[in-house]
Amino acid sequence: MADRTSQIREEDILLFSTLRNEKIRLPYFLNYYRDQGVNHFLIVDNDSTDGSAEYLADQPDVSVWRTSASYKRSRFGVDWLNWLQLKYAHGHWALTVDPDEFLVYPFCDTRPLRALTDWLDASNIKSFSAMLLDMYPKGRLDEQPYQSGQDPIEIASWFDSGNYNLSRNKRFGNLWIQGGPRARVFFADAPEKAPALNKIPLVKWDRKYTYVSSTHMLLPRGLNLVYDEWGGEKASGVLLHAKFIDTFTVKAQEELSRGQHYSASVEYKAYAESLKDDPELWCKWSEKYINWRQLEILGLMSKGNWA
Amino acid sequence: MSVGIVMLVHTALDRAEQAARHWAAGGCPVVIHCDKLVDSKTYNAFVASLSDVPNVEFSTRYRCEWGTWGIVAATQVASEMMLNQFPFVRHVYLASGSCLPLRPVEELVEYLEERPRTDFIESATTADVPWTVGGLDHERFTLRFPFSWKRNRFWFDRFVQFQRTLRLKRKIPNGVIPHMGSQWWCLTRQTLSAILQDPDRPDYDKYFKQVWIPDESYFQTLSRQYSTNVESRSLTLSKFDFQGKPHIFYDDHLQLLRRSDCFVARKIWPHADRLYEAFLTDMAGAMKRTEPNPGKIDRIFAKAVERRTRGRPGLYMQSRFPNEDWENGVTAAPYCVFHGFSELFVNFESWLTKATGARVHGHLFAPDRAHFADGHETIHGAMSDSSISRDYNPGAFLTNLIWNTRGERQCFQFGPADNQKINWRISKDHNAQISVISGAWAVPLFKSNLNFIDIRKMAAELQKIENDHLKVLRSPFAKARVRIWSMAEFIEAPMEPLQGILDEIGPTQSRRLSEVPKMEDLAGFGQFLQNLKNQGMHPHLMGDFPVDRGTETTNKPPRKPYLVQ
Repeated sequence: MADRTSQIREEDILLFSTLRNEKIRLPYFLNYYRDQGVNHFLIVDNDSTDGSAEYLADQPDVSVWRTSASYKRSRFGVDWLNWLQLKYAHGHWALTVDPDEFLVYPFCDTRPLRALTDWLDASNIKSFSAMLLDMYPKGRLDEQPYQSGQDPIEIASWFDSGNYNLSRNKRFGNLWIQGGPRARVFFADAPEKAPALNKIPLVKWDRKYTYVSSTHMLLPRGLNLVYDEWGGEKASGVLLHAKFIDTFTVKAQEELSRGQHYSASVEYKAYAESLKDDPELWCKWSEKYINWRQLEILGLMSKGNWA
Repeated sequence: MSVGIVMLVHTALDRAEQAARHWAAGGCPVVIHCDKLVDSKTYNAFVASLSDVPNVEFSTRYRCEWGTWGIVAATQVASEMMLNQFPFVRHVYLASGSCLPLRPVEELVEYLEERPRTDFIESATTADVPWTVGGLDHERFTLRFPFSWKRNRFWFDRFVQFQRTLRLKRKIPNGVIPHMGSQWWCLTRQTLSAILQDPDRPDYDKYFKQVWIPDESYFQTLSRQYSTNVESRSLTLSKFDFQGKPHIFYDDHLQLLRRSDCFVARKIWPHADRLYEAFLTDMAGAMKRTEPNPGKIDRIFAKAVERRTRGRPGLYMQSRFPNEDWENGVTAAPYCVFHGFSELFVNFESWLTKATGARVHGHLFAPDRAHFADGHETIHGAMSDSSISRDYNPGAFLTNLIWNTRGERQCFQFGPADNQKINWRISKDHNAQISVISGAWAVPLFKSNLNFIDIRKMAAELQKIENDHLKVLRSPFAKARVRIWSMAEFIEAPMEPLQGILDEIGPTQSRRLSEVPKMEDLAGFGQFLQNLKNQGMHPHLMGDFPVDRGTETTNKPPRKPYLVQ
């Protein structure tokens, strides 16, 4: 719909995303990443009906493509993005996030994203991990309506700080992380079905690379080795996941009826089931988000040897 | 007399230009060497941008790859140029394009003026330096390195191996003793010219061309030959991380740099606008310095290296997932595990809470749910008491709990009816303090209202499980602090072990044990065990209980109801 990829300069940091009916979130999303120093956005719009694509096409630093093909058949959007990355991301730092994911990295309040990517370059690190941290409001999900342009973390400002399970995926060498409020509330009886929270969203892209399943893991396998195995800590960030705000209840129903999600939408089935009652994720031990240093102290992310 | 700056530049030329202007404005002549990799268009623009500044010269360009001779060659020509063209220069300061002067140029000039014969160059023998990249220290000087470490790592390693196998060694010319140190130095004209005009220089150059990372050893070694006064430290603040690459300074280091007492810092991130502004254009502002505290920078960077290499013990997260036995501590803090105590004592948990102030949980690994202290359903870190989610990954449950409650001692009960998958993990954890009263699981059975045939079956099962567990605890691989008493042994003199446990938990309880937990009434317990034996099940873990044992407990004075004689 709008191809501005000719504007991309050699050193630019690129952001890749796929979305459907997220117009209300877009103004804040774009500005958040512009402020961090993303130079160009490459977005696949999956047949939105709320004007998302048109809104994006009007932005000076966004290239947008539209598709009405099946989200599921494209392996949940991975194929579309892999194709775009193959074409445009070679040699660039590529950040792949959903419109409800907000990257937090060490020193993000004082250093732009380019400081991080320069440091990763200097350290010969090609991929940067940022686990998904589910954020939720206190009280019912639909209690505080979200306004376009608003920081969703103002509403969904709580998270689970210490109930995550990790295990190694031998096949791809990545870590598999589960836990958080979704495992606690929606999957209390079937923790093995709880969604994966491990993500590697920031990669110095090469045309040989490819995402395997969402941004959970990559090929070649070496890119998944974002963790230290001998006791040390590598640098990592967090993706604040602002999915659980008032827009979610409607979204969950819509997604369920479309049946376009992972494992026959088992996740959305579980949501719809729980959401019928009192959708409250907050508990007494929920932690209120302050800043990246708090997440670092809690052990959810690490500065590694970046100082 | 003045200071001349030799500046090696390869990227961020705009910042190099800024720094050069700053030095020149302070009255220091500058000779710039620009890496040959920079294309001529960019280079010419760079030269042109400095054309209005007097006393800035450009030297012949060499290709400067990290760890190779090019950097030394570049330094040599630029230094020669400096010495020849600026005869009033007494000290030559080697800097890079990403170096930033932290203190006014005049201060540096004054400082060196007061020390006209001193050479500031970090220089130590190979035996005395811990920082070595690629595991090469003395071999840097005795092997040859024709292959690039960065571009040709495979052949680099192969060739080193090859020379080691054949025990090939090179002789160091004139028997000089190799020294190493920071690449950034400040030498006097006398020393520098002696090195550059040495009649043996062709020999030295030939030799050092094949040394690994000669820029850290050429001047460092040769200055020892001529200098009358080497001060072995660099005037440039430069911190290296565990891979030997320099730490980078950003805007948020401004206060830290102000408190450093170094003249020059590297490496500065080229986009650190605030730093450049503060130290290059706003000198008055930079001068408003607080008390120098250079130790703080050291600490911050030392901590960063520690974080990367050792990490935080007991933390398992997306970027720290140690292999088994490489955790530097399985868990984050000491904790206590009690086997059989809450079975033997009526009020053990509340007593222990009161006596120690620790957080005392029930059976955390019980089959029905995790029995958190005070019956809570969730606990720190939003951990739920669901046995399903706990058993999905019991190891993570334990390490999460201990991590989440750092600062508060955790205690919990354990027994053969609980999830045994955690046993190895705990017994290999040096933070675990495990106290076992073996066989105490029989007490609830003894008190129960079950049919004897069921009791017998359960007793056999529990005994087998506990026996296996004791083997784990007594294994040579166990790192936990383990104490095991048989039940008979324990009730003989419970005071001492209880006091020992309290002492171990810590100074929260300094006074002597004043109140003791109440023991279950064991009248008839010996007979109960005998009945099991009569049915063919041999309970042996509780030690020897005579058939009439325990009958007297009820007659004891209430202050010490546990005493059994």
